Order: sequence, then C-alpha cells, then structure tokens
Amino acid sequence: MKILVCISNVPDTTTKIKFKEGNKQIDDAGIQWIINPWDELALTRAIELKEDASNPIDEVCVINVGEAMCDATLRKALAIGADKAIRIDANPLDAYFVAGQIADYIKKTPYDIVLSGIESSDYNSSSVGGMLGEFLDWPAISSMTQLGFDGDELNIHRAIPGGNQILQLTPPFVGIVQKGIAKEPRIPAMRGIMMARKKPLEVLPAIELKALSQIVEFEQPQAKASCKMIDAEQLDELIHLLKSEAKVL
Amino acid sequence: MSVIAFAKNWEGKFKKSTYELVSYAKDLASRLNTQTLVLSIGEVDESELEKLALYGADRIISVNDSRLNVLSSRIYAEVISQFVRKEFATHILLSDNNSGKAISPRLSVKLQAGLAAAVLDVPKSLEPFVVKKQVFSGKAFAYVQIDSEKKILTLSKNSFGVKENPSTAAIEYFTPELKEDLFKIKVKSEESSDNKIILTDADIVVSAGRGMKSPDNWKPVEDFAAALGAAVACSRPVSDDGWRSHEEHVGQTGKVIAPNLYFAVGISGAIQHVAGVSRSKCIVAINTDPEAPIFSVADYGVVGDAMTVLPKLTEIVLNGE
Ligand SMILES: Cc1cc2nc3c(=O)[nH]c(=O)nc-3n(C[C@H](O)[C@H](O)[C@H](O)COP(=O)(O)OP(=O)(O)OC[C@H]3O[C@@H](n4cnc5c(N)ncnc54)[C@H](O)[C@@H]3O)c2cc1C
Repeated sequence: MKILVCISNVPDTTTKIKFKEGNKQIDDAGIQWIINPWDELALTRAIELKEDASNPIDEVCVINVGEAMCDATLRKALAIGADKAIRIDANPLDAYFVAGQIADYIKKTPYDIVLSGIESSDYNSSSVGGMLGEFLDWPAISSMTQLGFDGDELNIHRAIPGGNQILQLTPPFVGIVQKGIAKEPRIPAMRGIMMARKKPLEVLPAIELKALSQIVEFEQPQAKASCKMIDAEQLDELIHLLKSEAKVL
Repeated sequence: MSVIAFAKNWEGKFKKSTYELVSYAKDLASRLNTQTLVLSIGEVDESELEKLALYGADRIISVNDSRLNVLSSRIYAEVISQFVRKEFATHILLSDNNSGKAISPRLSVKLQAGLAAAVLDVPKSLEPFVVKKQVFSGKAFAYVQIDSEKKILTLSKNSFGVKENPSTAAIEYFTPELKEDLFKIKVKSEESSDNKIILTDADIVVSAGRGMKSPDNWKPVEDFAAALGAAVACSRPVSDDGWRSHEEHVGQTGKVIAPNLYFAVGISGAIQHVAGVSRSKCIVAINTDPEAPIFSVADYGVVGDAMTVLPKLTEIVLNGE
C-alpha cells in the first residue's frame, strides 16, 4: 500500500502576521516557514506505520502545491522520513485549485491512502481533504484520530461531537487527521537530513484549473482594551462585573 | 436565485447555531431580494421543523429519511447538491462546525461553487461577493471574494447572533435519489465520552493550564465549571502530557472556540493558545504572575493562586454574591 501525505507550507506558529501593499499581501520578511502542524502529525503517523514491518505499507510520499520556496519544507518532510516528495509548481490560489491539482496527480499515480491535516494554519479553511475526496469520488474521513492495522484490516477512529466512532472501510480513502493521530510530530535527525538530500523531489507542472475564490484584502484584529484587574480578596466583584458589565453570566 | 441554509439536527433537535445560521440566511436573502430555503436532513418532527420559521425561513424542506440520521459527508453533500440544482439556488450556507466542515468542501467540488469557510460577518459587498473570514487562527482576517456563480459559506459560531423574524412557512418534503454504494462507510461502534457539555458548543468554558501543577489538582477546575454549567478545556502541554484528554485541548492546534465567557486559569497565554480562544466574547485570566501575557488579551484579570481563587469563585457562584 502507498500513502500520500498533503503538505501545506505555513508560517511558524509564533509568527506575528503582518501585511504589506495596502493589506493586500502577507509581509513575508523574517517569516520562518514550517510544515502545517497537522500535516506534520499525519506524516509522522504514516512513517510510523511504514516502519512497523507487520503493516502492508511500502511507500510514504509527500505532495505540495506551491512555488520553489516550498522545497525547503518538502526537504524537511524527507528528512523526517518520507520516501519521496512531489511539488506541483504553482501559486496555491485557493483550496479548490490545490485539491484539483493533487487529485489530478493521484488519478495518474494511484495511492491507497491520502492524508491531509484538518486545517491549514494559514487560511483555516478545512477544505483540501474533503475536496480531494469529492474530486476522486472516494470517502473522506473527517476528524480522524487513529489510523492503524489489525492484521490486514484497518483500524480507524474519528472524533465526533461528544465521542468517538470506530469505522470499517477499505482503501482507497482520504483521511483528514486531527490531534491524536500521532503523539508528537517527529523531528528530523542528522542522519535523516543527510539522507533527504539524496531522496527524489520531483517538480511537476500544474494543470489548467480556475480558482473559484481569491483573497482581496487582509485586516489586523483590533487591539483589546486594557484588562480590568480584580483583587483576589474581592472575587465577588468579578462575578458581579461578569453579570452586570460584561453581561456574560 | 435563492439562499439555502442547511439545518443540521442532533438526534432530531436543532441547536442555537442552527437558528443563528437561519437568521444569517434570512438577512442575506433580504439583501439579495430573494427567498430563504431551509433544508433539514434526517428524521425530525414537524414541531421541531416549525421552529425554523421563527428565524425567517420562507420554505422549510425536510428530507425525512431514517437512513440519513447519521451524518455522512458524502451522502449529505449529494442530497444538498441535488436540492440546490432543483431550486437553482445560488447561495448555500452551513454552520462552521464538524458537519459543515465535512460537507462544504465536497459540495464545493460538486457544484463548482467557491467556498468561504468560517465567515464572521454579513457580506462586505454583494457584487462582487466579498465576505470576511478568520485567517492565521484568529491572528488576522481576510476578505474573500467568491467568483463562481454559486457560493458556499460556512458561518462561525457567535458571529451574527440569533435573530427572530417570524414567517409562516409550510413544511415540504424532498426525496433525493441516492445510490446504494454511497452507504459504504460502516460504523463498527461508537464510544461517547463522559463530557456532558460539548466544548465547541459551550457558552462558558473553564480552561486550565500547566499552572495547575499536577493532574490531581483538577477538582477545583471541574467544580467551578460544574457550578457555572461550563465545559472544561485545557492548554496543549496539559493534554500532551496526558493530564487531560485531547478532546479538551484548545488553541491553534487544538479546538478553536468562541464562547461568551472563557476562563484561562494557570495559562500563560502563548500566541498559539490565544489563537484558539481570541474570539471569545469575554476572557478572564487567573494567574500568579502579573506579567503573564494572558492579561494582555483578557478583559478581566485576577492575580492569585488558582488553588485558592477557584474554590472561592465556586462558592460565590453557588451561594450568590
Ligand atoms: C506548533 C505549536 C503549536 C501549539 N499549539 C498550541 C495550542 O493549540 N494550544 C496551546 O495551549 N498551546 C499550544 N502550543 C504551546 C504554547 O506555545 C505554550 O507552550 C502553551 O500554551 C503553554 O501552556 P500553559 O499556559 O498551560 O503553560 P505555561 O506556559 O507553563 O504557563 C503556566 C502559567 O501558569 C501560571 N501559574 C503557575 N502556578 C499557578 C497557580 N498556582 N495559579 C495560577 N497560575 C499559576 C504561570 O504564571 C504561567 O503563566 C503550541 C506550540 C507550538 C510550537
């Protein structure tokens, strides 16, 4: 079986996001780019599954739709342990465009399991995984928290509001992963970094596809008014303010 | 042209977020000078369906099929798209919750309709169609322009509010054509957690962090939450270390929540934590360190030890001020 993990290239989570050109573009000066945290967990789980020889996994490949700047992020994915990387060379215009590009690649190069993160920490649209499922006419498992094998059978859990479902299905499918899928994201080791240099990173041209949406402007959130401090000895004042001033109790 | 809102039910009942979505749909339909159609999928009693009229539904359409009582994003997207095509609808609205997040991307591909997820406000303009959404986990906003003829929005919780707007809509029924092979995913079993209040639905959330020092110190947190009827949440290290379940983790990499009232107890206020809770209407911070960054995003703050502050607050809530 082959696993394909979708990788989104996003600003480090500590980044203070700034904009330029009249709030039309992200100011990328000084931004550190990382693998989207959920994609990193998906990749970690895929590699764990492959490393356990009792599982029927032969290959873990990562894919990104992006420009040349994303190669560094893909090299990191290779250093963590992916076998090969694909970059579809295009500006990722919107989720529909990205999913359409990846779906086209999968139609030409079949995979059994495709993993994506529950959302990308930049545009928070939670869309690529579900769109892939639809482009490919596959099931897509949202909020997947466990992926494993019981012999040849898959063991899949997904979170639902107030609980957990254990699912029965056979590949191919898209797994949209959330926290829990792997314990900690794996960090590349020196050996992995050395090996990554020799692993294939293939750059493919994009297909013709129209995006359906575009961001026309960004906005910074307004600074919050200052915090009202309450004496720890006068806590009834806090409850009183929450009721009468903030009106949230 | 018409506006369709998908009214999700939970075991045959609608929630506040459903009514908020219908209220938003009504507002949008008025701006577009068109009708508000509300579509319900799965078995729901007529008395429950009628409630949708209170928030402005012009037509209430029920797909009353027991096979659809359990959510399947694939099947629901198929049902909604058949209905959209039948009605030549142009604007399709879902709530930005688990089900909306799962259904809307599939619907977008089926209908070639641009999707704006986690929308925060009424459209900034109708021609071109531009809406505001959250990006970078709440660290910024973006205005998204949808260029396709059909448009899909998922609405963030507590972004528009529930607005009454009574209408006299009759209930209609719709029977989609569904192929058997759509029913392929089988649920082997289901476990429910003992959390009675669902975190992403809760109006009040009491969240605690590493400042509690040990998983054995959570009783004051739970007692305070119980007194308020609040859900319990935690910071990431607390769930990473197994002190609390992953379900309670809020923040950029956990759940993103927008309750009316959020208590951050023994939580320093790291940027990734704040990203997941910044849309809370009111934030109260309780922390021993007056310099903790959480105070710069809080509305009210108490400098003090959680282990003594929480029991006192519980006492005040239970016995009155
Ligand atoms: C990629 C990435 C993603 C992340 N995502 C998230 C996320 O989604 N959610 C998240 O929460 N974090 C996330 N983090 C972690 C984040 O950076 C912080 O490390 C974390 O939020 C800190 O948790 P904390 O506030 O509980 O602990 P600490 O930072 O250790 O803070 C503990 C606080 O408790 C106070 N305190 C101590 N004793 C007491 C007492 N007796 N009474 C009251 N207060 C007391 C201290 O003054 C301190 O402010 C992420 C980090 C990374 C790198």
